[in-house]
Amino acid sequence: MSGHQYLSEEGFRVDGRRAQEMRKLDCSLGVFAQADGSAYVKEGNTVVLAAVYGPHEVRGGRVKALHDRAVVNCQFSAATFSTAERKRRPRGDTKSVEMTLHLQQTFETAILTKLYPRCQIDIFVEVLQADGSILSVAINAATMALVDAGIGLRDYVCACSAGVFNDAALLDLNNLEESQKGTGLTVAILPKTERIVLVDMSSKIHSDHVSKTIEAAIEGCKDIHATFDAKIKERVGRLAALINTEN
Amino acid sequence: MLTQKVFLRKTKRGNILKIVREHYLREDIGCGSVACGRCDSESTRPLQKDFESASKVVEHAHYIVPDTNIVLHQIDVLKDEAFRNVIVPQTVIQELRHRHAPAYNSIREMLAIEERHFYCFVNEHHKDTYVERLPGESANDRNDRAIRRVVGYLQSHLAEQGLSIEVVLLTNDRECLNSAKKEGLTAFSLKEYVGGMGKPELLDKISIDADGSSEGDPVTNKKKFMYPEHLTPIALQAGIKSGRLRSGKFMASRDNYLEGFVCLGDNEDESDRVLIQGLMNLNRAVQDDTVVVEILPESEWVCPSSVVLEDEPEEDDKVDEEDDDGDEVEREKKVEKALKESKTEKGVEKMPTGKIVGILKRKWRPYCGILAPSAIKEATKHLFVAAERKIPKIRIETRQAAALTGKRIVVAIDSWPRHSRYPLGHYVRTLGDIGDRKVENQVLLLEHDIPHQPFSQAVLNCLPKMPWLITPLDESKRQDFRSVPTCSVDPPGCTDIDDALHARSLPNGNFEIGVHIADVSHFIRPHTALDREAATRGTTVYLVDQRIDMIPDLLSSNLCSLISDVDRFAFSAVFEMTEDAKVVGAKYCKSIIRSKNSFTYAEAQARIDDKARKDEVTEGLRVLNSLAKKMKLKRMENGALNLASSEVRFQVDSETHDPIDVKTKELLEVNSMVEEFMLLANKSVAEFIYNELSHCALLRRHPVPPVGNFDPLVRAAATRGFDIQVDCGKHLADSLDRASIDTDPFFNTMLRMVATRCMSQAIYFCSGTIAKEDFLHYGLALPFYTHFTSPIRRYSDLIVHRLLAVAIGADATYPELLDKVRVQNLCNNLNYRHKMAQYAGRASVTLYTQIYFRDKNVLEDGYILFVRENALQVLLPKYGMECTLYVKDKPGGQQRIKVPFTYDAEKCTQTAGDVTLRQFERITVRVSLDRTNIQHQKLVVELVRPHIPGFSVDIEKPMEVDEPRNDGEPEKKKTRAV
Repeated sequence: MSGHQYLSEEGFRVDGRRAQEMRKLDCSLGVFAQADGSAYVKEGNTVVLAAVYGPHEVRGGRVKALHDRAVVNCQFSAATFSTAERKRRPRGDTKSVEMTLHLQQTFETAILTKLYPRCQIDIFVEVLQADGSILSVAINAATMALVDAGIGLRDYVCACSAGVFNDAALLDLNNLEESQKGTGLTVAILPKTERIVLVDMSSKIHSDHVSKTIEAAIEGCKDIHATFDAKIKERVGRLAALINTEN
Repeated sequence: MLTQKVFLRKTKRGNILKIVREHYLREDIGCGSVACGRCDSESTRPLQKDFESASKVVEHAHYIVPDTNIVLHQIDVLKDEAFRNVIVPQTVIQELRHRHAPAYNSIREMLAIEERHFYCFVNEHHKDTYVERLPGESANDRNDRAIRRVVGYLQSHLAEQGLSIEVVLLTNDRECLNSAKKEGLTAFSLKEYVGGMGKPELLDKISIDADGSSEGDPVTNKKKFMYPEHLTPIALQAGIKSGRLRSGKFMASRDNYLEGFVCLGDNEDESDRVLIQGLMNLNRAVQDDTVVVEILPESEWVCPSSVVLEDEPEEDDKVDEEDDDGDEVEREKKVEKALKESKTEKGVEKMPTGKIVGILKRKWRPYCGILAPSAIKEATKHLFVAAERKIPKIRIETRQAAALTGKRIVVAIDSWPRHSRYPLGHYVRTLGDIGDRKVENQVLLLEHDIPHQPFSQAVLNCLPKMPWLITPLDESKRQDFRSVPTCSVDPPGCTDIDDALHARSLPNGNFEIGVHIADVSHFIRPHTALDREAATRGTTVYLVDQRIDMIPDLLSSNLCSLISDVDRFAFSAVFEMTEDAKVVGAKYCKSIIRSKNSFTYAEAQARIDDKARKDEVTEGLRVLNSLAKKMKLKRMENGALNLASSEVRFQVDSETHDPIDVKTKELLEVNSMVEEFMLLANKSVAEFIYNELSHCALLRRHPVPPVGNFDPLVRAAATRGFDIQVDCGKHLADSLDRASIDTDPFFNTMLRMVATRCMSQAIYFCSGTIAKEDFLHYGLALPFYTHFTSPIRRYSDLIVHRLLAVAIGADATYPELLDKVRVQNLCNNLNYRHKMAQYAGRASVTLYTQIYFRDKNVLEDGYILFVRENALQVLLPKYGMECTLYVKDKPGGQQRIKVPFTYDAEKCTQTAGDVTLRQFERITVRVSLDRTNIQHQKLVVELVRPHIPGFSVDIEKPMEVDEPRNDGEPEKKKTRAV
C-alpha cells in the first residue's frame, strides 16, 4: 500500500485541498508593454504567460488571409525550465503541437472572427512552470490576454481539469495527480451559455464516470469565470478612474 | 495559507530533480470534540463531551493521542474496548500507511466504529499544527514533534474555552516523552497509562520493544548467542541487482526446525529452491517472509536431511537465563554437526545451499498455539508453541501463565533481535480450552486464514430491507418462468440453494432445459461494503458442523436461495436440446422463478423411480435424468476423467455436536444428473463470456499435469499387470476404465484415487493474461470452463454473473470488471481462499475423526494405497481417511522396530520374513488415538493382519485403552489429511 493516497478518508488530497477545491488562482494583465494584450496566470504552481498581437495584417503572404474573418494563429511552448527535468526542445514536439492545435480550435470559435476580416490575431502562450493542468491554464491565460488586447469574444473561455479517484471527482489536478494513470480530462466552456468548446480526454475514464467528471469540471470553470470577471471589472474600473482623473 | 514542500529526488537515469509541491494549510479543520464551540459546526465530531477518565494516572476526562510506534506495535492494546476518545493525528496515519498495512487497516477500522469515539485529526493541513522539518532534523523527529504540537494545540484549544478536558500523549519513546514533559504536555508511556486502567490482561498485550527495553538492557546481558546481522536494505538491493544475492519466499520445513527452503521463483516449484540449514544460516527468517539469500559455494552444498527434528522445549525457563543461552548454542552446534554427518553418509544428490543475509518483508500474523509448560509457575517469561509446526517458538511475557495453561491462545510476534534465540511476542487473546470442539474449530479457521468474524454493520447495511417485494419494474425486466415446473435437488439440510432445473418438451420434439441460478448479483452491487467483504472471503467454507458464509444469512438462506413455493430472482441459462442430448440453442436471461419442490437427492431419486407418479415435475426430472446420462456418456467419450476421492459424512449428536457415526457419501443417479447440467451451464457460459469479453473473462483452467507426475500411477497399475497410458486425457480415461479386477471391486477406485493425486489443481484466471491454448480444463476435457452455478457460495461465480449480465446487456459494467490486472488479482485471492477452504474442510474432518476415535480402539479393514521406503499409506475406506503405518525407524531416532523390512521400489512391496505387503492389498489394522502431544493429537494404526511376528499387534491379547507403549510397538504417526 505504498504511494500516495489521492483522496484520504478524511476527504483531503495530497496537497490539503478537498476534492472539489481549486488551487490558488492569481492573475495579472498587461504585463508586456510590447504586446497588444498580455496576461500572467498562476494556478497553484502552474504559471503561464500569454501574449496577444493583433488584429493586424496577415503576415507571410496574403494567400493565407481569409476574406470574411480573421486568421487565429496560436503558438504554444513550454520553457525548458518549466518541468522538474529540463527539456531540450521547448517547441515543435508532439505535445506542443497538439496543445497549439487545441488552443487554435478553441479560440477560433470563441473570438468573433467575423469582426476582423483579412486580419490575423496571434496568441503566444508560454508555460513558465508546469504543475499539472497545463492546457486549462493556458486557455485561461490566453482568454485574459485576449480580453486585455480588447479583441471581441463571444464570452470568456474558462477551462478546468478534473479527474476521478475512487469514484470521487477531483478538480484542478496538479502534476502528482495527473501523473496517475487513467485519470483526467480538460473542459473549456463559455460560462454564460455553458456551452462546451473543448473537451480533451487523452486518458481512459470509465464511461460511468465521464459525465460526472465533466459536470464537476464545468463547476470549476464557473468558479474561474467568477474570479476572472471580478478581476477584469476591477481592472476596468481602475483604468476608467484613471482616465477620468486625466481628463 | 500556503506553503511549499521542496525536496530533491534522483531519477532512474541518475539526474537530480528538485520537486516542488504545494501544501495548503487550512483553517476549517475541526478538533472533533462535541464540547468545542469554536470549530466549524459542520465537521464530524466523534469525540465525547462527558465521560470518565479511563486511567487513574490522569484525574480528568481526557482525549488520548498515541504516537506512531504505539499504534504500530501496540495495536492489540488499542483494540481493547477500554480505549475510547482517541485522537489519531494524520501524521500517524500516514506513517502507518507506509510502514505497516495491517496496522493501518486496523486503525481505519477503529476510526469507523462509532462507539469507540476515535477521530483522525488532519494536523498536516491545519494552520496551527503544521510543522516544518528543521535543517538537520530526521523525519522521525519531525513527526514526533508534529504529534507533540497536536497535543499542545488541542490542549490549549480546549483550555481556552474553559473546558476541563485534557489531552494526553502516549509514547514509548523516552526522548519524545522527555521533550513532551519539557514542553508542559501531559504524556505517559503506554505501560504507565495501562497500569492505571486496572486491567491486568491489557498489560500482557503490551508488546515487547525491539530494543528489549522491557526485558532489561541487552548490553549488560552477556549474551553469547548472537545471530549474524542482517545487511542494510541498500546493500541488499545492490546485491540483488548485481546477482550476488537472490530474493525469495522462505518456507520452513515441517519436520526439521533447523532447515528451510527459499523459493526463488514466483511459482513454488521444486527446481528453483535454495536449501537453508542451521540456525545461523536461517538467521531469524519465519515462514512466508520475503528474504534475501546468499548462495554458498558449491563445495558447501548439502542435501536436505530426511531427519525429523523437533525443537524440544529446553529447560531455559530458569530465572537466570544468561548462562543458559550459551549451553543452548553448544547443544545446537552438536545437533547441526550430527545433521551434516548423517548427510554425507548417504550421498543423495546435493542441492544449492545458502544463507539468509537479510529480510525484505516480514509476513508475521497472529499465531494460534499453546503455552509451553514452564518449570517455574511464577515466571513471567514463557515460550509459546504455535499449532503450525513451521513457526518457531515465541517468547512472551505474561503474568497469567497459570490461567493460560491448557488453553489455546493467540500470540503475535513483535520483533526478533539478534541476541534472542526466539522471536519476542505478546499475548493477544485466549480462544478457549484445548480439545474443546468449538475452540479447535476456531483454531482451524485462524490457521487457514479464513475470515470468520460476524459481518460488520457496514456490510449488513447493504442488505435489502425486509419485507422484500418484487416490484413491477423488476417484473418488466425479467423473463417470467414462474409457471414452469421448476425444482431444485440438493443434499439434505441444504439451505443455500443455488440452482434449480426445469425441462419441458417443445412442439418440434426437442426439449427446453432451464438451468436457473440464484441471481446474487442483483443483491450484491459492486463497490459496496458487502461486495468487498464477499470478495475477500471468496468462498463459503464448509466444516463438518459449521458453515462460514461468504454473504450474510439473509441473502444466502433466504432472498437468494431458490426455496420452493416463493418467487425468487434467477439468472437462467435456457438450452434447447434434441432427444440425443445435443445442444441446438442457448439463451441467457435474468428471470423470476418459483420452484415447485426442493428435493434432496434421495427424494428426487425416489420420484424418478416411482413409476406411478406422472406429475409434470417428475416427468421433467425423468427427461433431465435421461438426457444427463447421454451427456455423461458423450463427455466420457471426449476424454473427461472420472476420478475418485473418498468423502465422508459424520452423523453428529444433536445435543453435544459430537460425532457418533461416520458414513461415506452415497452417490445416486441424480447426483450426476445435477452435475451434468451444471457442467453444461458452466461450459456454455464460459464460451459465451469469452466470446463477448475476451480480455477480461474470469475462467477456470486445469493445467495438463507433466507426464512425470503419473509415475506412481503407472508403476502401481503395472504391479497388477495393467498398462496405463498417460500421453493424453482420453487414453488415460480409457486405460483407467480397463484396469479393473472382478474379484476386487475396490481396486479400480483406489487406482483412480492414485490418479487424482497425480493431478494439478484447477485454478481461476483472467482470460486476458494467458494464451488461449492454456485455457484447457484437463479433467473435464473442455477448452473453456468457468464457475457459474454457485454464486451464493463462490465469489468467482458472482463475477461470472456480472460478466454475463454485461454481455447480454442486462446490467451496467464498472471499471474494475473490465481491467484484466484487477480481475487477475481477484483470481489470485480466490484461488488462495479456495485452497484454504479446502484445507480447512479436510482439517475439520480430521478433527472430527480424532474426536470420534477419542475413546475407541477398533479393528478396521484397510487397503495399502502406497508403499513407501519406510512406511505404508493405509486407506481406511469406512472413514475415508489415510494413515501412515511405519515399518522402519526414522534415521537417528530410537530403535523401536525390530523386524527388518526390505523395500522393493519396482514392485512396490515391503517384505518382512515370509510376509510380503503389496500395494492395493487388503489388511487389517487397529486404530486408536495418540494423545501424548496435546497440541498435535494423532491417529495411530497398528498392523493386525497379515501377522508378522514381532511387528503386528496381537488381538488375542486383551485390549486396554491406556495400554503402556512399549518398545516393540510400531511407530505412531498422525493421520494425513486426504
